[in-house]
Amino acid sequence: MSRPGTVLVLGTGQAGFQVAASLREEGFDGRVVLVGDEPGLPYQRPPLSKAYLTGKADANAVRLRPDKFFAEHRLELRAGERAARIDRAGRRVALASGEAIPYDHLVLALGARNRALPVPGAGLDGVAQLRTLGDAEALRGRLDAARQAVVVGAGFIGLEFAAVAAARGVAVTVVEAADRPMARSLSPAMSAFFRGAHERQDVRFVFGATVVRVLGGEGGGLATGVETADGRRFPADLVLVGIGVVPNAELAAEAGLAVADGIAVDEHLATDDPAISAIGDCARHPCRFAAAGTGPTRIESVQNAVDQARCVAARIAGRPAPYGAVPWFWSDQGALKLQIAGLATPHERAVVRGDPAGGAFSVFCFREGRLVGVESVNRPLDHVLARKLLANGIGLAPEQAADPRFDLKAHASVPRAA
Amino acid sequence: MPNIVFVHPDGAREELEIAEGTSLMQGATAQGIDGIVAECGGNCMCATCHVYVEPSQLALLPAMSEEEDALLDGTASERQPNSRLSCQISVTPALDGLLVNLPERQV
Repeated sequence: MSRPGTVLVLGTGQAGFQVAASLREEGFDGRVVLVGDEPGLPYQRPPLSKAYLTGKADANAVRLRPDKFFAEHRLELRAGERAARIDRAGRRVALASGEAIPYDHLVLALGARNRALPVPGAGLDGVAQLRTLGDAEALRGRLDAARQAVVVGAGFIGLEFAAVAAARGVAVTVVEAADRPMARSLSPAMSAFFRGAHERQDVRFVFGATVVRVLGGEGGGLATGVETADGRRFPADLVLVGIGVVPNAELAAEAGLAVADGIAVDEHLATDDPAISAIGDCARHPCRFAAAGTGPTRIESVQNAVDQARCVAARIAGRPAPYGAVPWFWSDQGALKLQIAGLATPHERAVVRGDPAGGAFSVFCFREGRLVGVESVNRPLDHVLARKLLANGIGLAPEQAADPRFDLKAHASVPRAA
Repeated sequence: MPNIVFVHPDGAREELEIAEGTSLMQGATAQGIDGIVAECGGNCMCATCHVYVEPSQLALLPAMSEEEDALLDGTASERQPNSRLSCQISVTPALDGLLVNLPERQV
């Protein structure tokens, strides 16, 4: 059963695209308008720091769908347009161009933007970031000429870039404030494995160091390196900043919606205005996989964007259901593929399954005696089975996870206990 | 370029030319075929590019990896002996004329 009217989607990333596509799959027959400030057709972000950067994929290959898909499904794509203000009383959104678009339901899929490095010199030429196709294009050009790169932040993006740069013969130094890579997301065991793997590719890590200045720029010149709080200097002709993101929640806040590091939504992904939903990187939702007491959760991933988009599209089409998909993530770093199921932070116990020395293992993480997350490298079957265990609430003991003879596949296939 | 036939659940046929070396999934999404979702972008992580391959042509395909096998256990439409993930099928000249049926649901 479709309900007529206009659904306006702000944001043309993975979440915005998916909600529009899913509305049609759900049989919604009304008007669907997609507004986003990036030019061109919606595209996938994950390949930008991987295949696109290495030149294996071009702009066409990262597009989610061709032009014709939008026309055939009557999805009105307004690329390169910025939304300026939400008029909740009048149910319309004013664009920066002055035009106003009316809506019956508004979906905020505004995404996030990269956190800027808050130090002098951060605006110098030669300081780069990586989030958009435009960023990736610019970075690809710079990488051709780079000899020494400093990566600020040992998170997923920083390390994906470091692996690509090192493979091209660039001398890479990663400067990180924490004492290990991907500390916010990974168990110490998996973190240590990735540190070793990157070091074997000649990536150098500097932990416990905070960048206080980007050097260079004299006479309008390029960045020449960074300086850390302890006075050390690391020369570079390219500085890549990957220190996390800030959710794009300003439009919602200005419209009086509840915002706290992301737009607050309920279990149906509705904001405190029932005519407005928020999904993807910009939304903070009550997540059944998060640790008790941590409050609503904001997740930055393709899976979260896509599954939340589907949930909202189904609700608009008249089939509401609370959101409850298992979070999963992946990161390609050089030849290694890291896969994560669940939200493993924090956890009290971590057990290893497989062979870390041989580069194929998983870390099963337990919180209050329950399996909450599994990190895998070159163990794709563990990852898939972990998602099944978590989705179906199938219990697993740490001893079972650690026992190589324990048949995880058979265990994951056991029907859920009533 | 090899020609691949996609048959929708309602019987509608679409023939696509897909360049050698690209995957069936890439070829289908790049040309806007409905019925292939591919939310992970071809990383063999999501099982939303499920297809049923014409049984007599199954032997033409590359062998199935352990991870594809596991993901196929979690498809939205029921797994059949001829189920494959289209992101794992790289197009070669030998696949010219391959026929795949699209499932009712991918999610």
